[in-house]
Amino acid sequence: MDVITLEYLKLKYILQTLLMKYFLTILAFAFIHLSFSQNCKYIFLGEVIDFHDKTPIIGATIYIKNLDKYVTSDVDGKFRIEKLCNGEITLVISHLACVTKTQTFVIKGDMAKTIALEHHIEELNEVSISAKAVKKNTVTAQESVIKSEVLKKYSSLSLGDALKEVPGISSINTGNTIVKPMVNGMHSSRLLIINNNVRLQDQDWGIEHAPSIDINSANQISVIKGSGALRYGGDAIGGVVVLNPARMILKDTLYGKTIASGQTNGRGFSLSSSLNKTFESGWFANVQGMVKQNGDFEAPDYILTNTGMQSQGFSINGGKKTFESGFEVFYSFLNNKIGILRSAHIGNIGDLVDAINSQEPFVVEDFSYDINSPKQEITHHLLKGLYYKRFKNFGKLSLQYDYQNNQRFEFDVRVGDDRDKPALDLNLQTHSVMADLILDSNLNRKMTFGLMGRYQNNFANPDTGVRRLIPDYDKYDFGIYGTSEWVINGKLTVDAGLRYDFNRINAKKFYQISRWEERGYDTDFSNTIIETQGSQYLTNPIFDFHNFSSSAGLKYSLDDDSYLLANYSLASRPPNPSELFSDGLHHSAARIELGDLRLNQEVSNRISASYNLDTPNLLLNVDVFYNRVNDFIYLKPSGIEQTIRGAFPVWEFIQTNASFYGIDVSANYEFTNNLQWSNTTSYIKANDVIEDKPIIDIPAFNTNNAITFSKPEWKSFSASLKSEWVFEQNEFPDFNFETFIASTDETILVDVSTPPPAYHLLHFYAEATIPISKQTTLNIGLNVNNLLDTNYRTYLNRLRYFADDLGRNILLQLQLNY
Amino acid sequence: MKNLKLSLLLLLASIFTFSCSDDDNPEAVNEEEVITTLRLTLTPQGGGTAIVLQSQDLDGDGPNPPVITPMSAQLSANTTYDAIVQVFNELETPADNITLEVAEEDDEHQFFYEFTGAANSSASYTDADADGNPVGITTTISSGVVSTGNALTVTLIHEPQKDAAGVSSGDITNAGGETDVEVTFSYDVN
Repeated sequence: MDVITLEYLKLKYILQTLLMKYFLTILAFAFIHLSFSQNCKYIFLGEVIDFHDKTPIIGATIYIKNLDKYVTSDVDGKFRIEKLCNGEITLVISHLACVTKTQTFVIKGDMAKTIALEHHIEELNEVSISAKAVKKNTVTAQESVIKSEVLKKYSSLSLGDALKEVPGISSINTGNTIVKPMVNGMHSSRLLIINNNVRLQDQDWGIEHAPSIDINSANQISVIKGSGALRYGGDAIGGVVVLNPARMILKDTLYGKTIASGQTNGRGFSLSSSLNKTFESGWFANVQGMVKQNGDFEAPDYILTNTGMQSQGFSINGGKKTFESGFEVFYSFLNNKIGILRSAHIGNIGDLVDAINSQEPFVVEDFSYDINSPKQEITHHLLKGLYYKRFKNFGKLSLQYDYQNNQRFEFDVRVGDDRDKPALDLNLQTHSVMADLILDSNLNRKMTFGLMGRYQNNFANPDTGVRRLIPDYDKYDFGIYGTSEWVINGKLTVDAGLRYDFNRINAKKFYQISRWEERGYDTDFSNTIIETQGSQYLTNPIFDFHNFSSSAGLKYSLDDDSYLLANYSLASRPPNPSELFSDGLHHSAARIELGDLRLNQEVSNRISASYNLDTPNLLLNVDVFYNRVNDFIYLKPSGIEQTIRGAFPVWEFIQTNASFYGIDVSANYEFTNNLQWSNTTSYIKANDVIEDKPIIDIPAFNTNNAITFSKPEWKSFSASLKSEWVFEQNEFPDFNFETFIASTDETILVDVSTPPPAYHLLHFYAEATIPISKQTTLNIGLNVNNLLDTNYRTYLNRLRYFADDLGRNILLQLQLNY
Repeated sequence: MKNLKLSLLLLLASIFTFSCSDDDNPEAVNEEEVITTLRLTLTPQGGGTAIVLQSQDLDGDGPNPPVITPMSAQLSANTTYDAIVQVFNELETPADNITLEVAEEDDEHQFFYEFTGAANSSASYTDADADGNPVGITTTISSGVVSTGNALTVTLIHEPQKDAAGVSSGDITNAGGETDVEVTFSYDVN
């Protein structure tokens, strides 16, 4: 007998005595019995399953920390750990593409436990394992993604400039700093812009209202042509632009980047910086800030007086995001002060004729950073709160509230005491709540449902001393949608969705009695008059719109390298406040613009198909579409009115049926590892089918070719030469008119329609990345735009009557990643 | 926590305020620098009855055209008139005399007088701004020879290039700037 057994027997004797004496329980007996046992014989049976659909995870590695031992899960996701003692064990379960999970169990005899890991984090779009993952928002829509490596080139420019990377995307400009994106010929209210899952509400109705977005706050931008992405709204007749910040990385890390650039044209600089802190626990915080300033830009032959701009913005973002639940608070601020070409401010048609006939702008002064009238000052605040929770074998529920405040001042050239008073002072406030439910327990049959409620208030300050262009209004929106996505087999995926939106707009607007009667509103809308004030009626028009939208599409893989997409979508857009209520002189266009209270919503039926090929040498994407828009709303000249300033053409918002069709191609071919050629080409044709006339402001055929030489061994060096060739738009409606110039006693033709001639520009770009330390790299980029200093004007620039577009610009950019 | 409650309360209060503001009617905008009326008074040198030409457009950029009186003015042949031009905003009561603002910022304004027709009428400036350039509030107008169906166009330009060729002698061609008023009067010379 060894010592231990002897001791044991002694103890057993004492215990038995105690038991008899104090009636201790059997359990206690067992406990003490075990704690002295060295005989670890218990078995832990584990099962590793996928959190969202409960399927077994095969081949997960289970590291038993206490024992420093590894086991692996089998084909059923099961594993077995033997010879365990009672007490705590800590398991570290890891699997490719899953977030590693550490879990502690208290062993009390044999036990079986199920451990849920998430195997589809990338697909479920929650948190990112790798920072570089490209995430699309749609399955069957024509979606293009612009990655951060490309976006950085546009740090000192605007959203509208960056989006032109995608074929079929152009922009409609007022000068070179007010750039509105255009998707397949559509812009403004026909495009939704989604910033960090918040639909931008920034008075997007006007062509000279650029999106209130700092491009530096986005890490990735998606452009979705057409209205296939129903969860963002049912009125995306043109498309949806989705800006996403960097995705959360589940790691303890601190990283950031700073981009500084200086440019010769406009003698401007731009500085942007961001810092991101993340924790493995899911907590995160990001800050980002931007400041830029430019003075007067220059055309090849002259200075574009008063075209400077100043912009400041920042965003902060924080919260906790894990796979199972999370919350986020996001705030962003943007302030833009934009000068508008001094010579573009004109008083009447005579001035416009003079401007069109003159080769140079009338006012050309020395270079200056000053921004005088005419100018715009816009501030945009966005506050968002988001919470989500994921339920095992069910899906994810997310709730979001956001608030936006958009303040727009426009300053005209005025006299006397009004000199520094804005001519337009609009404040737009929007509150939205959203609830989205994603059922993704079966990844082959995902479903999404959502509800949206929104309240919007527009306030037009009367202190301007100028009659309101846009009236005070309250707007109420409610939306409900459901979408579904089925993976039929390895080759075929199908999606479909339905959405209903209700909009109510309740406006209070003053009408001049003469205008009210001229419009014929006295017969149709006399019940909306609240009171008469002098020569004006105060009216209270209230409109309700019911909008249905839907989408269905398929993605078919032809082989490993190529697939086809086909999509049909129906979208319905109610008229915006400008289309309903405009009534007055638009100074920069020298025309009277009139809205129409009788407008109803426009309805688009869009069919699209794409072919995508992705081989090691050749990338090719071809998008074709046909978009039929019934009751398409647009501005059309209808006559001339005399005022004390002279005669003005009248442009009215009218409705017609329009058809848009086109093709967009992008191709990239690698000759060798070091040399590649890329091309983007797009062509679009748009017609008013009732009047059999082209639609105005449609981009001309354009093709861009680039040759890129890259040598990764030379500090990731690359250089490219790009040719941008824009044809003359031959299809345009003839909206020219004749006007009588009294001072010279002659009638002349005012040519506002003829597009400028074709142009060809060359651009050069080179960059290299120098590692500074293990964590830090410096990227140097040199960009020369309009290399040959070519004189040109673009059809889609509203200031094309007044001045040439920009001349050569040399931009040097340093990007420090840390 | 207290802060959270407070901010929630504020949020609710603000939403409530927005919804309540529904009943307030917006105030009408009094257009401040609108010119509704241009009046040109011609007094014959050496005595006689003054002739008043007026263009009045009370609805501004509204659909109604300006009302011009008289339909056709009657000037005496070979007569020099002392002319004074006035511009008003008659939407305000009493009417705002905008000529005063023009005079105050005379270096940024200039009236132009252009004639068509067989009368061979002409105008010459009799005032000047601090730089010695004409403003055109006061002029002398020579009626010219007997004829019918002549026209006089009076234009007020804001921020003209007064130094550009011909501008100071009344030629509008190179003036640039923007047009605040452009009025055409018909007249006969008897």
